[in-house]
Amino acid sequence: MADDSANRVQAGEIAVEGVSKSYGMAKMQKEVVRGCTFTIERGKLTVMIGPSGCGKSTLIRLLAGFESPSAGRIALDGEEIRSPSRDRLVLFQESALFPWMTTWNNVMYGPRARGEAGPETVEFAEFLLQKVGLTEFRNKYPGQLSGGMQRRAELARAMINNPKVMILDEPFRGLDAMTKELMWEYYSRLFEENRRTNFFVTTDIDEAVFLADRILVMSNIPTQVRAEIEVDLPRPRRLADLVESDRANDIKKQALSILHAEAMRSFSRGSKAAADFVEAYLKRESRGS
Amino acid sequence: MKVLGSQAFWRGIVAIVVFLVLWEIGSRSKMWMAYEVFSPLREALGAMGFKKNYLPWVGAVPAPSGVVMAWVDVLGHAGYWQSWYMSFLRVIGGFAAAMLIGIPFGLMLAVNRVAHGIGFPTFEVLRPIPPLAWVPASIIFWPTQELAIMFITFLGAFYTIVINVVGGAKSIDVRYFHAAQSMGASRWDIFRRIVLPGTLPSIVVGSAVGMGITWEVVVAAEMISGGGSQMGGSGGGLGFFIWNSYVGGSYEQIVVGMISIGIAGFFSSELLRGFGSLLTPWLKVR
Repeated sequence: MADDSANRVQAGEIAVEGVSKSYGMAKMQKEVVRGCTFTIERGKLTVMIGPSGCGKSTLIRLLAGFESPSAGRIALDGEEIRSPSRDRLVLFQESALFPWMTTWNNVMYGPRARGEAGPETVEFAEFLLQKVGLTEFRNKYPGQLSGGMQRRAELARAMINNPKVMILDEPFRGLDAMTKELMWEYYSRLFEENRRTNFFVTTDIDEAVFLADRILVMSNIPTQVRAEIEVDLPRPRRLADLVESDRANDIKKQALSILHAEAMRSFSRGSKAAADFVEAYLKRESRGS
Repeated sequence: MKVLGSQAFWRGIVAIVVFLVLWEIGSRSKMWMAYEVFSPLREALGAMGFKKNYLPWVGAVPAPSGVVMAWVDVLGHAGYWQSWYMSFLRVIGGFAAAMLIGIPFGLMLAVNRVAHGIGFPTFEVLRPIPPLAWVPASIIFWPTQELAIMFITFLGAFYTIVINVVGGAKSIDVRYFHAAQSMGASRWDIFRRIVLPGTLPSIVVGSAVGMGITWEVVVAAEMISGGGSQMGGSGGGLGFFIWNSYVGGSYEQIVVGMISIGIAGFFSSELLRGFGSLLTPWLKVR
């Protein structure tokens, strides 16, 4: 069954070329994304990290096709993105499970909506539910699930559609630290088993280093790519190994110093949120970690 | 069974019993106020402009014991049950029509921008007109009195149901639409599996409220229109039953009619709520 499902994975590649996005007209116009160019590589887990409120969510809406860029081009496998599609499924910050459907019906929603709910899809759904540890909760409504379970159910609901690219917008935000780590393990196992193209947005540096093949460090608004860091840690990864790893700590430091420079820049322009980051960063430095 | 043991339950029972006892005492005030002890009270009432020999308001209301006796008496009469039957028929007829027309109409207003542009302004102009203001026009325009009353009860529930359906459908979170859309759902599928169940809780609430209004309206309509005397006797519904009792001077029966309507309205709303919670099982699990 596992091989079977892995065979269906068609990994796609997204090219973002000189993309800008502004809102408002004339003098009120505000540029949120400016001249972004990067690639979401085939079969890789690309993590985008940047200060909060930096326009990452805007970028996600562009990738999903809910909005179109003001300038530039976004293409999946060479084909320009114009509208939402099952090829690029998005997991948003807030749960978007349908409250009126049980876990099972939520997971089966995509195939049923497209009229593809054959026996092998049912089997695949059962497999996915088991992978995310929700087999016993298949007849529960989202309101009966914990926050972590809801996120896992949503992962399964997205994966059953075999998207070419999975896009995740801070999916584990708001979960407590323990649950978050559990989610990282579930999620990275799912990724390692079938190597889909994944694009993961976060503000959490530990999350980024643990999950990523490649980290894109973003600037403050208007969003630009500041740096790209290859995360060449071996897979499968385990949290315990990562804490010990010097390489992981190097990467973390590298990313943090870029984020710090970025925060200093916006701090000098009067951003209060950046001030918090600068303070936290200096404390961390003085502890020597 | 849990309910029987709870403090709140017994508190409720005691309150009702105390209420009934005070009512009984109050309405028999003509008897006990004749005693010499109460002469200051009589003088005080007289000074305020009330009748001297009984308590104002409650003293003029028939006593619960009298009401119960009148009720027992009326239970044996076919006319009383005929009133129930008539009112129920009108309520169910008007209410069913309001559901059948109101739910699709509300959904259409919520989903289709063009339909909203055309239908909503007219709807909003007609909505503030109270259903009872339609009574004369309705009697003129509908061929039978029965249809006229049913039309008025229909109006009572219709506006509430439509407003709830439109509001409910519009307040469905946009992220559900985004999610369904990106999984390749068609417009029809989004309507059937997202809009419809997403609106269902509001439909249930709108129906329960609409049902309450239907009872208010049917009683008034029956009183005003004379209640279909072609049915013979007091067959003109519970509203007419009350009116008839008033005209006939049977005050006990007025109260019997009032309480009957209360019971009828309560059970219809409860029935709807029960049915509604069967339709929306995801709401009670939180």
